[in-house]
Amino acid sequence: MRFIDPHIHMSARTTDDYERMAAAGIVALIEPAFWLGQPRTQVGSYIDYMSSLVGWERFRAAQFGIHHYCTIGLNSKEANNAALAEQVLEILPRYLVKEGVVAVGEIGYDDQTPVEDKYYRAQLALAKEFDMLVQVHTPHRDKKSGTIRSMEVAVEMGVKPEHVVIDHNNEETVQDVLDRGFWAAFTIYPNTKMGNERMVEIARKYGSNRMFIDSSADWGVSDPLAVPKTARLMLDRGIAAEDVEALCYGNALKAFGQSGQMKEEHWLNPAPVDQRMLFEGNSVLRGQVPRVGEQPSVAERMDSVAFK
Amino acid sequence: MTPTQLLQKWLEARLPAEARGWLAEAAAKIRRGSDTDLYRSVSLVTRKVGKADLALSGQELQQAQSAREEWDPSDWSLDQAARVYLLLVSGTDGATFLRRLDQLCDTADIGELVAFYRGLPLYPDQPRYVLRAAEGIRTSMKAVFEAVAHRNPYPSEQLPEAAWNQMVLKTLFIGSTLHPIVGLDRRTNPELARMLCDYAHERWSAGRPISPELWRCVGPYARGEMLRDLGRVLEKGTDPERTAAALALASSPDPEATGLLWAYPELCSAVNENKVSWQTLANPV
Repeated sequence: MRFIDPHIHMSARTTDDYERMAAAGIVALIEPAFWLGQPRTQVGSYIDYMSSLVGWERFRAAQFGIHHYCTIGLNSKEANNAALAEQVLEILPRYLVKEGVVAVGEIGYDDQTPVEDKYYRAQLALAKEFDMLVQVHTPHRDKKSGTIRSMEVAVEMGVKPEHVVIDHNNEETVQDVLDRGFWAAFTIYPNTKMGNERMVEIARKYGSNRMFIDSSADWGVSDPLAVPKTARLMLDRGIAAEDVEALCYGNALKAFGQSGQMKEEHWLNPAPVDQRMLFEGNSVLRGQVPRVGEQPSVAERMDSVAFK
Repeated sequence: MTPTQLLQKWLEARLPAEARGWLAEAAAKIRRGSDTDLYRSVSLVTRKVGKADLALSGQELQQAQSAREEWDPSDWSLDQAARVYLLLVSGTDGATFLRRLDQLCDTADIGELVAFYRGLPLYPDQPRYVLRAAEGIRTSMKAVFEAVAHRNPYPSEQLPEAAWNQMVLKTLFIGSTLHPIVGLDRRTNPELARMLCDYAHERWSAGRPISPELWRCVGPYARGEMLRDLGRVLEKGTDPERTAAALALASSPDPEATGLLWAYPELCSAVNENKVSWQTLANPV
């Protein structure tokens, strides 16, 4: 089985993670633009960060045979610095049209302040202008009402529900999201919040239509193998293989594939120019034998690496 | 024809009508001179014209050479050609061109960086881009590095010796190849030969293999200790390494080098009868 992790902050992760992810069968990932754990103070920091999402990080992932896509946006926490937010909004269009940018994201509410609301709406307007998808971060506090508000505002701004992924769902929010026709993503957090045991039960109850899972791994305690590990648990607990495949690969591809920037052929049959440019280097491997072309088959990887 | 006209012609011959129309419209907008139009269009290229290989014919490659000495777009793709074309049609003075290029590079994705660096030999007022080229060489992204170093006449024409030497050494360091570097033999110098021999010693100490190509830039300036290094390769190296050492010694004007080579009559005659060369070494049959 192949996997996609449609929400993971690889800039905060090591090459060990990339190696284990590739070995566990992750073929593609999406890195949403977010904050750095502490607020940025200069627009230049955003420029360098966003350039790294479409540059260095994409290259780093490629060294391990993983296709890296990203979403570009002003996250809700940092939206609260209005003076800086204005400057960030001005540079966003430079990045939104780049290759491999699959959505405006991750945007939405954190404390649900009026300023957050202003910049959430401004970026929904950008998504309309650039005909792009939207990836929405739902708040950790006052989650249910924040989630509903995110969807209502998106609709109010004229963005179609099928063009919006609502992320970080749980048992309390999923029904509303599905009822309104949005995509529902679930972040599998180790120890807290949405654990993978809970995800199995959600899959049992709701099936796999318009839902998928991600790790949201970052610089905090998190697990970059959350997607393949949860897949295995779902299989072990008797969830049908087609549902597991949809939740851990197919639906993320369907949702973000609407951008035209993420296609299965990228990893099944890459363009010759990408093969020449990206997938033969070994500079991150620093003298180790490159893995490219000699990775174990996916089934072997799942048994040997991710699940023991 | 100028490089700009050639790029336009090649693209028009290959793009479907819709992409061709988009490109013409983008070029017209850019000619009117706005920075924003240029930035937006250049980034949209992959979405509009795709990433297939440009795949030029032998005749088209000859036209490239006539339009710009040593210009080799043989492995360019459509998006690269279109991006460089759009940059060129802006038709500005060198200072404006450089300002925009720097802006574009600051916010570029990998594919864009490769295109911008491949275009270096075509930009107006050539000496302006030395720092930009050096920045490209400083990257850790192999594809971007090779966009400057390989099949690109800009470095050999414009880089000062220190930057040139760094480029050649780094090419080996990142596991890339020397033979696609334009002007490699022309720009070889004693300092580079020394740096490469030091690098060879580092690799030997670490028990790691050395590219046979390394000796190509050592040969012409090999003397003393360097000749002993070449002798060591002749004696103990793998077959490609021994061939490389023989070719290097043959390119040295030092009589001691000739003497070393004569001790290996088979290699000596292979070199003298042109049965081996740096090209055959790079592309073994």
